[in-house]
Amino acid sequence: MTAKLHVLSSETNGESQAAMAPRPKEGHLSIENVSKTYDPEGARVVALHNCSVEIAPGDFLAIVGPSGCGKSTLMNIIAGFDNVTEGRVLLDGQLLATPTSPPKPGSDRVVVFQNGALFPWKTVLENVMYGPLVQHKMTRAEAEERAMDLLAKCGGLDKVAASYPPQLSSGMQRRVEIVRALINEPKILLLDEPFRAMDTVSKTTMHQHLLQMYRTCRKTIVFITHDLEEAIYLADKVIVMTSRPGTIKSTIIVNLPRPRTPEMMLSTDYLALKAQAIASVHEEAKKAFERGEREHA
Amino acid sequence: MEASWWKNRKFWLMWAGYTGAVVLWYASVKWLPIESFNRLPDPWTVVWEWFNPNPAFGISIFTPNYYVHILYSVYRATSAFALAVLLGVPLGILMGWNRTFNAYASALVGFLRPVPPLAWVPLAILIFPGIEIAVIFVTFLVAFFATVMNTYVGVKSIDPDYFRAAASLGSKPRDVLRHVIIPGALPNIFTGLQIAMGAAWFSLAAGEMIAAQYGLGFLIFEAYNLIQFPTIVIGMATLGIAGFISSAGIRVMGNRLMRWREQSFGLKG
Repeated sequence: MTAKLHVLSSETNGESQAAMAPRPKEGHLSIENVSKTYDPEGARVVALHNCSVEIAPGDFLAIVGPSGCGKSTLMNIIAGFDNVTEGRVLLDGQLLATPTSPPKPGSDRVVVFQNGALFPWKTVLENVMYGPLVQHKMTRAEAEERAMDLLAKCGGLDKVAASYPPQLSSGMQRRVEIVRALINEPKILLLDEPFRAMDTVSKTTMHQHLLQMYRTCRKTIVFITHDLEEAIYLADKVIVMTSRPGTIKSTIIVNLPRPRTPEMMLSTDYLALKAQAIASVHEEAKKAFERGEREHA
Repeated sequence: MEASWWKNRKFWLMWAGYTGAVVLWYASVKWLPIESFNRLPDPWTVVWEWFNPNPAFGISIFTPNYYVHILYSVYRATSAFALAVLLGVPLGILMGWNRTFNAYASALVGFLRPVPPLAWVPLAILIFPGIEIAVIFVTFLVAFFATVMNTYVGVKSIDPDYFRAAASLGSKPRDVLRHVIIPGALPNIFTGLQIAMGAAWFSLAAGEMIAAQYGLGFLIFEAYNLIQFPTIVIGMATLGIAGFISSAGIRVMGNRLMRWREQSFGLKG
């Protein structure tokens, strides 16, 4: 029950994972030597440089980093909103992204957005039923039954099924959005800084809700955040990214037991992980700061 | 308590506005020392003529001819507006949705839109087989451009995350159209339809003055030629009422289609 910390360099980590064969279970994500350059002909903004991540089915991965480190770019690539300039992304051995293939989003990788993207013109129930209905996976009656069931399981959200999203609190909206994703039985759930705009109390409550959902409907999760504590508390594996260009600085394996409780954030194991993670981030932040100083001098 | 107080205040302000306008009208006709103003009819003369079974100039609510003019105008405005919606909404959606199509269409729309509707009248009369279609065409044009532009802006103003969410949830293009683009652009589309309806009445009246044998615009112009002042004002007031009713109709329909806005934000058309 002790937590172990492994800080691996991105180079060795990337290479060893690239050679690994994908596992047969669903939700195995391999990001292999991915680079992304915007406007290669003109201004050449390197958003990602040689990033490699391996995530086992059902694992909870958190990606941490400052603004502009390319974590959202990485998520957009996994989601199929953007393509890669170099490298490739595989899901259960199937190619998701290569430099030559056009970006292809799909319901096997559903995204929960930073600012929320529930359709405000549909009720909570209609929003949740949307995925299965447009994919013709369920009849209307089946979708409604499954939606109500999932909403009820996720903290009594069935009570607000007939409401429109803008009538709900942001925490509730985010939970509904996660349910809207889960009903599609995705292989990966992509969460893009979903709790960014929340106060500490709501955030703690949301963490509990998310961990509960993770326990009951376990999926591979990619969780993007700039909050190191949140990342360690929720995830099995934390990737720390740095900016200019976006690279993976270190990978932290979090061996804290599950279920996780808020009290764990006071445990020595948690604090040791946090201290070392901070050290790793701090070094990079200092470098960036000094680089900024020189640029402006 | 507070709500009903506001309601009352609004109600009284509205009536104060109407009364003020009538008083101003009366005052400028009766008391202003300008001769051309003094020739105009005062409010009572107009009302007397409008509701008279035996009107001095042949037009009142009791004469069938009055309704023939109204019906002609309503028929032209409605068909022009319907055509504008049928063609303008799909064009605006396509322009907002597809960059390539927008590149083709926007230049043409941008060039044709500023041409004043009346400038089309001679060409329209020469092109179309009959004055009726020419007048409807001119009316249609303004309504069409207002509808296209507002629909386009409506589609463009939809949060890109909704498109991404729809794609992520497995939508096909027709699902995106039905569940994201149309409902997302609807508030702007309805603003556009109200502007379009107003513009339709505006150019209809002008078109009828130039080229028509019936209709409220024609009635006004004929009364002008025959120097029948009260009939001019009756025609104008009837146009105002028709415009108001059609705008209100569009607003009611919009509110029905966008219940979510009313429930979520208390917003109405």
